[in-house]
Amino acid sequence: MDLTKDEDAALKGEQGETLALAYRVLVAVGEATNADRLLPVEWAHLSGINYNTIGDAGEEFLAKLSKDAKFKIKTTVNPMGFDFDTVAKYDLNDEFITKQKSIKNSYEKMGAIPSFSCIPYEIFDLPKNGTHVSFAESNAAIYANSISKLKTNKEGAFSALASALTGKSPFSDLRKDETRNPNLTIRMKADKKDELAFGLLGYYAGKVAGSSVAISGVSELDRRSCKSLCAGMGTSGACGMFTLGDAKGETIDFDKKEMQKTHDELNTADSGDIITLGSPQLGLDEISDLTGILKGRSFKKRCMVFCPRAIQEQTRKFGYAKEIERAGGEILYDCCICLTPLIDKKNVDGVITNSVKGAYYLRTSNGVDVNLKSLSQIVEEETK
Amino acid sequence: MTIKVIVKGKVQGIALVAKNPMNFLGAVDKKTGKIRDEKHDLFGKSLAEKILVFPYGVGSSVGAYTIYSIKSNKCAPQAMICLKADLTTASGCALANIPLVVASKDEYDSIKDGAKIILDAENGKIL
Repeated sequence: MDLTKDEDAALKGEQGETLALAYRVLVAVGEATNADRLLPVEWAHLSGINYNTIGDAGEEFLAKLSKDAKFKIKTTVNPMGFDFDTVAKYDLNDEFITKQKSIKNSYEKMGAIPSFSCIPYEIFDLPKNGTHVSFAESNAAIYANSISKLKTNKEGAFSALASALTGKSPFSDLRKDETRNPNLTIRMKADKKDELAFGLLGYYAGKVAGSSVAISGVSELDRRSCKSLCAGMGTSGACGMFTLGDAKGETIDFDKKEMQKTHDELNTADSGDIITLGSPQLGLDEISDLTGILKGRSFKKRCMVFCPRAIQEQTRKFGYAKEIERAGGEILYDCCICLTPLIDKKNVDGVITNSVKGAYYLRTSNGVDVNLKSLSQIVEEETK
Repeated sequence: MTIKVIVKGKVQGIALVAKNPMNFLGAVDKKTGKIRDEKHDLFGKSLAEKILVFPYGVGSSVGAYTIYSIKSNKCAPQAMICLKADLTTASGCALANIPLVVASKDEYDSIKDGAKIILDAENGKIL
């Protein structure tokens, strides 16, 4: 990979240790993806915010880094492990809270916007079409490429961090137009077309597709289904983009049988003792939809609803928060289903969710059983 | 050349070959370096001190921190060999200083699980 004189000097440590580290990461990623140079990016969205995911090693690394590092470009961040406003209600140990606070402080000290959201594409104004960004959150990278008309690779936590510190990223993979054209089409043949069906389709697609995939047999996708598709795809595979319609090359079918097989892989229980909604976090229109679907009914079980802080005021103003709380739901901001310490096998046996991504991480990381079903089925079976 | 060096280094160890891709965040316990996803073909095995051979990384980008964590917790593989280096694996190995190479299909297929190998990720050779 060719570096400019300045980039090369930074790699050699002439501009300090932090930049040398950042360029070392960019060069490794560039080599891995056959980039011939770096290019400027305008926005970095970072993962690795939740103490549960990065642990002591991550916390210490960020505390050290933030002593002198500053982000060069607009930098937003993923959810934390919990919501500081309501954490007292949960039985969470002090160490977790202290470490999470340290991580939050480190990112803010380096200049991050405290978004704590996995749906930056929904809560921030988007730059103009074709702008290069560097998104580490997998659902956000796929959404940005496929829907928001931005360009990003499915970044790793450290490659996006390196972009935030340098304002650069290797020019490779999905940053190049030729890679964005898919050579595999997955035909949606299953009759079910709710958000769970699209989450399962995404999970399947992620397993079989390369960098980009075409989805056919789908005329339109509402936002909820689209987010579900992106999150499912980001969980199972390396694929970072989809297009709608047929593409050149091979076509494979995703039929009822394949959907059932995918569901069986993720669903481990017939019911659960808690309901979780919001992986990816629910935006304002989904919160509005949820209050509409409830039609005055109440949850039979505890229900946790995860949202970005950015919509808190509006959920209150429009009465959505009041309605969800009336139904027995708890709205949590700044965090999400994935790896929240608030759901633990010590106090929860099984979790009910409509999120394929949530289901994967609840099972593998939180170690709880999962009952995966659509939002309409959850409302039908778990409310009165 | 059939071996492409992503992160340099030279190590000697036992190959641990995974058939499934690696979701580092979901499947690896960052405190012990053991595979905890019972659906992964390496379930229950430890990555510590091994030369981890796997097709490519998948899933959460935070897997890069998992790689860094297992290195800090002294239970990381000595090196990694993959067929396709995804960004999470490449950035994680770069930061954690774990040698990483991409092998050609033939070279990759010739590595047997349990074999003692020398990975020269300076000159791009597997012996």
